[in-house]
Amino acid sequence: MVSFRGRSIVSIRDMSRDDLIKVVCTTELVKQGELSGFLNGKTVATLFFEPSTRTRLSFESAVLKSGGSVFGIADPKASSQSKGETFADSIRTVSGYCDVLVIRHPVEGAARMASELSSTPVINAGDGANQHPTQTFLDLFTIKESFGRLDNLKIGMMGDLKYGRTVHSLTDALAMFSNELVFISPPSLQMPGHILKELDDADIRYRNISDLEEAEDQNLDILYVTRIQKERFGDPQEYKKVAGIYRITQDTINMLGKDIRVMHPLPRVDEISEEVDSMPNAIYFTQAHNGIPTRQALLGLVTGGLN
Amino acid sequence: MTRAYKVYSIENGTVIDHIPTPLALKVIRILGLGNEGIMTIGIGFNSERHPRGKDILKIENRELSYEETDKIALIAPDATINIIKKGEVVEKRQITLPSEVKDILSCPNPNCATNQLGARKHFLLENKDTVTYRCAYCERATVVNADMLASK
Repeated sequence: MVSFRGRSIVSIRDMSRDDLIKVVCTTELVKQGELSGFLNGKTVATLFFEPSTRTRLSFESAVLKSGGSVFGIADPKASSQSKGETFADSIRTVSGYCDVLVIRHPVEGAARMASELSSTPVINAGDGANQHPTQTFLDLFTIKESFGRLDNLKIGMMGDLKYGRTVHSLTDALAMFSNELVFISPPSLQMPGHILKELDDADIRYRNISDLEEAEDQNLDILYVTRIQKERFGDPQEYKKVAGIYRITQDTINMLGKDIRVMHPLPRVDEISEEVDSMPNAIYFTQAHNGIPTRQALLGLVTGGLN
Repeated sequence: MTRAYKVYSIENGTVIDHIPTPLALKVIRILGLGNEGIMTIGIGFNSERHPRGKDILKIENRELSYEETDKIALIAPDATINIIKKGEVVEKRQITLPSEVKDILSCPNPNCATNQLGARKHFLLENKDTVTYRCAYCERATVVNADMLASK
């Protein structure tokens, strides 16, 4: 049986298919209210070496809802690192004050390093452009909640597929189940070759398209939309053109099929029109709220409060 | 006519042949060899295998371990290893890529914890055919090249 007790959650790459199923099923029970008080007497530290209010509040809410206590830093300027303490010393010290360490850091690999130095489990709340595993878990849970399964789905991912860590981790996770993927992006922001190769090796069917209208006859179950960042384009005119093409409206939803579900890791800018929000297809706010039971489940599992 | 040895033969030790020119000095660095005894380096010999020439490295009185010689595969996968005892070749050794490499390779990602926070350099083998390793910290996969050899 899969056990998470004492284990750090650093990267989706460390996870097996059974691990993913375990977290999703535990999240389901937490959301249904079947499990509570499992962090009683536990203390969680949130060390945010770069600001991310949404993720931090979501973790803090998860701790409080599960009966635990939480403390931490929200701003690196308030930490001892600004006095010159090394990252390693900060982790060694703070890990002795808590039962779980939640860390966000702009440097890639910081959470892995922390997990090696910490005396308590570490949960990665984002390390630069690398990993943000709790986002992937909440995405998987949202898919399971909407469709009742994690396999035999046709999932479109749209936007910046080259640099978006969310879509990379989600692709890695979905590749462990039998799904079909459709990547929709401008040619300059396509899914990186090494990820496509991993899909080839895992025998996962996928296709790359650059025109959203080509997705019309794909019968997608899910469209996972990500933001295209302006700074990826040298030419502002080029950005404007691309941003205009990859914009989801009520018409787009009607074109793609009435049963399609639209997900987004948020925050959105204008890639999904607000008129979509009231459609039953829009599940991105539910997805964001699912961050709470997902993080509750993970905190419970690594502390041993949940099995 | 007797062959004139351009690089002296050794009595005991390790001979590394078929290193593509000019990587002999980098092989020494990979092996972490310092002032431990006599080493003979030959650079730029004619070679059918390597159009730009090959280098030869002879390390006297030191029999390299498998762990050491496998590291050579990172930059010179075609290199051959001969262990010499009393003037005779007692072992011809094949080299294979190590499954993990610590301290030797530097991650090319400037925003990696190994470059920013002092994490120990650590790579895991991703693909043997392309000599691709994945950084254990930032998780980026890179095809190994000689520029990745750590300066210390």
